[in-house]
Amino acid sequence: MADHKTNKDQRYDRQLRLWGDHGQEALENAHVCLVNAAASGTEILKNLVLPGIGAFTIVDGHRVSGEDVGNNFFLSSDSVGKNRAQATTELLQELNTDVSGNFVEENPDRLLDNDPEFFHRFSLVIAVQLEESTCLRLGSVLWNAAVPFLVCRTYGLVGYMRLVVREHTVVESHPDNALEDLRLDQPFPELTNHITSYDLDNMEKKDHSHTPWVIIVAKYLQKWCREHDFQLPRNYKEKEAFRQLLREGIRKNENGTPEEEENFDEAIKNVNTALNPSKVCVSVEDLFNAEQCENITSQSPAFWVMVRAVRDFVQAEGRGSLPVRGTIPDMIADSDKFISLQNVYRERALQDAAAVSRHVESHLQAVGKVCIWGTLHMWNAAFLRVVHCRALVEEYGVDTVHKDEITSCMDNPDSEMVLYLMLRSVDCFYQQHSRYPGVYNYQVEDDIVRLKLCVHSLLQEYGLTVNVKDDYVHEFCRYGAAEPHTVAAFMGGAAAQEAIKLITHQFVPFNNTFIYNAMAQTSATFQL
Amino acid sequence: MALDVGSSGDWDGRWRHVQKFLERSGPFTHPDFEPSEETLQFLLETCKILVIGAGGLGCELLKNLALSGFRHIHVVDMDTIDVSNLNRQFLFRSKDVGHPKAEVAADFINSRVPGCHVVPHFKKIQEFDESFYRQFHIIVCGLDSIIARRWMNGMLLSLLVYDDGVLDPSSIIPLIDGGTEGFKGNARVILPGMTACIDCTLELYPPQINFPMCTIASMPRLPEHCIEYARILQWPKEKPFGDGVALDGDNPEHIHWVFQKSLERAAEFNIIGVTYRLTQGVVKRIIPAVASTNAVIAGTVPSRENTALFAYVPLNNYLVFNDVDGLYTYTFEAERKENCSACSQVPQKLQFPPSAKLQEVLEYLTENASLQMKSPAITATLEGKNKTLYLQTVASIEEKTRPNLCKTLKELGLADGQELAVADVTTPQTVLFKLNFTS
Repeated sequence: MADHKTNKDQRYDRQLRLWGDHGQEALENAHVCLVNAAASGTEILKNLVLPGIGAFTIVDGHRVSGEDVGNNFFLSSDSVGKNRAQATTELLQELNTDVSGNFVEENPDRLLDNDPEFFHRFSLVIAVQLEESTCLRLGSVLWNAAVPFLVCRTYGLVGYMRLVVREHTVVESHPDNALEDLRLDQPFPELTNHITSYDLDNMEKKDHSHTPWVIIVAKYLQKWCREHDFQLPRNYKEKEAFRQLLREGIRKNENGTPEEEENFDEAIKNVNTALNPSKVCVSVEDLFNAEQCENITSQSPAFWVMVRAVRDFVQAEGRGSLPVRGTIPDMIADSDKFISLQNVYRERALQDAAAVSRHVESHLQAVGKVCIWGTLHMWNAAFLRVVHCRALVEEYGVDTVHKDEITSCMDNPDSEMVLYLMLRSVDCFYQQHSRYPGVYNYQVEDDIVRLKLCVHSLLQEYGLTVNVKDDYVHEFCRYGAAEPHTVAAFMGGAAAQEAIKLITHQFVPFNNTFIYNAMAQTSATFQL
Repeated sequence: MALDVGSSGDWDGRWRHVQKFLERSGPFTHPDFEPSEETLQFLLETCKILVIGAGGLGCELLKNLALSGFRHIHVVDMDTIDVSNLNRQFLFRSKDVGHPKAEVAADFINSRVPGCHVVPHFKKIQEFDESFYRQFHIIVCGLDSIIARRWMNGMLLSLLVYDDGVLDPSSIIPLIDGGTEGFKGNARVILPGMTACIDCTLELYPPQINFPMCTIASMPRLPEHCIEYARILQWPKEKPFGDGVALDGDNPEHIHWVFQKSLERAAEFNIIGVTYRLTQGVVKRIIPAVASTNAVIAGTVPSRENTALFAYVPLNNYLVFNDVDGLYTYTFEAERKENCSACSQVPQKLQFPPSAKLQEVLEYLTENASLQMKSPAITATLEGKNKTLYLQTVASIEEKTRPNLCKTLKELGLADGQELAVADVTTPQTVLFKLNFTS
């Protein structure tokens, strides 16, 4: 049996350890569109081509200028005058021959005029350095076609990202600090039987000190419950008393001094973990209450059929609890005791998963569909998530703007929110003057006045009573719509990772506006 | 169409994106900044930067620096290119596998960015001395080892000049250090002698996970335990590829052997989960890595450089980043440690009873969270002569000095208040300790 890996396995080894083979497969089936091959865009694509997305298509009508070559790694000195989509595709393509690179020498506005359905074929569309009007048009087309849209911008020392997606389902969120699923507050029958099989008082010394802490806690919880009216320790005082009970369980030697029993130390340390209530977390409850879960049809995506099946399970076999996760943390114990305990959880998890599958099957039969498992390789009920990032038209609408969010952030006039307001203001400026402020030195001073007017009219239009300091108006004129490479590189990394999350349905994307302040090296996420 | 390249090698508009920041004043620039056309010239012609590491971070750093106007860049890396680098180290291609990273990276940048002159060094950082490091205005690290970082830190501290106890600012070379792991990363600015150094915050680095030997030897529970059993116990015993042949994590045949043995061990204890990928990960201590995190961290560095170049003491000198769930950044001021063994110039103390064995001192040096030495060599002046009490790194000396480990400090002739000099891979300079006897 050859375990030597294929070249692709070797090449992608370091990332496969993060999103697995199924995540990689999703990447390799993706086709991403980039609108505008400015430095921010090519940096994003670099970070998607390297890990092996299936294909990319760049849409750009610009001709390469000397300025472009200065800040874009994927243009060389002989690119000047060429179409920018074409020139950058060449140098991006050669990063990874597994990836298929394409380009369209066209202005996105023209494409929107003549063939808006062009954009329907993509897994994701990313637009960088795009004027507001075109961005809104494109946003509308993509929203109606349910194609995720990621807007990214580098403006001087400010980075901006906006995710627009009707409904994004996360099958594996991989939380950093997930609570263990031990069920000690409501042990399932097989767990209870397993615990009962232990007789702590009459065990040999070696066995006693190599019994998993989970068993120890379970045993002593039984004792506690008998003496406390079947109530688990609820508050700090009771938990301390419970810890003391455990402490007293440590075997003593002939002189009466406690032996060293590290498993008991672990038990005492883990009392809080052990007493975490086994309930359905809020984010999953929200999924259960969603309309898409309630109404399963033949159009329902696999994710929602799964959620419904889990809800059915919770209401039936689960008796109010989610399917058992089946994994336990490592703990001091001899191999046999640990493995047999682990197997109790694992087997229960398999049974629960089978019950969920049966619910899935019955729904599919009811709506006349066959198989859905292809898209749901690994799932963990507690880690399912859904993210909704509302349409641009709502963010921009006078009646639907998130006024409160903006105003409360601006209680701190140096909040990153002011940078968002400035970006909206320079877009107003562009609308009025067909250029951005301060591009040439001689414009800077006069543009400060003009930009300030744009700020005021923006705030007035939306009824925002906030104070935008003059310093920020000055600063944004200073930027002259520059795109310094290092800020573009930062945004390239940030945006690419969000794109990967969208494509693989693993890890949770941001919702929905991210601002990076490269001056202060701070960032913030807003829901706008 | 060929660019009209002027006599400086630049074309029209090349540096326009950068110039706006160097030539225009702004309300948020720090107090010492004067906009001028000369700053760009300084970057292009005079400023000398050293990049340490040409891997995931290094490639990104070289690109960012080159496109920001830095032309005189040196890069040091002792490694050659591996296939598993190609998913993120974008200056390398399949045909480059086996070649030195520093050299291939330099060639790529020099040809893609005209006028940029990257000088490669296919060497270990320890192969250079003060005269090499002194020539740089700034040093940026994209290293994958804490030991190397500490060594670099120590080197820059050794360059500091004090006039009558006052630090001469022109002897400070700012150090910008970045690191990434999966979806997490950090970047920090260190002004040696002024701000927190690497050793000041040693506790921020989580200790490496080593499973207890008794678990590995007799009570395995996880697939990792089975793999460590094969690596640590079976390999030295069975010497499957010959006497003295060390386990090489890059040799597929070696990994295959460990994998098979791990499977056997796992089967014995009914442990599931041993895979080839896990085996390789455990043996090589592989850290998962992607292009995007490196891009983000490297992207923060040049801003920090601008801060450091103008010798402006940053308030928030340490940035952390995590994009597992949304995106999260946080910056804070890492504080100097009053008695830091590297930068405080406060003599380090060792408190032991005279009856303590030298072994205990050795353990303290390696296990203490603030010291974390790897293989310290201890010398003392006895009867006017320099005597090596214990040294591990040379086999013959190790053998000769090993009996000293069982001797007490008193037996070794050490006195209260005596100075012990300790050398270690974590620092280019010897650390002096003062021995205080406790009763």
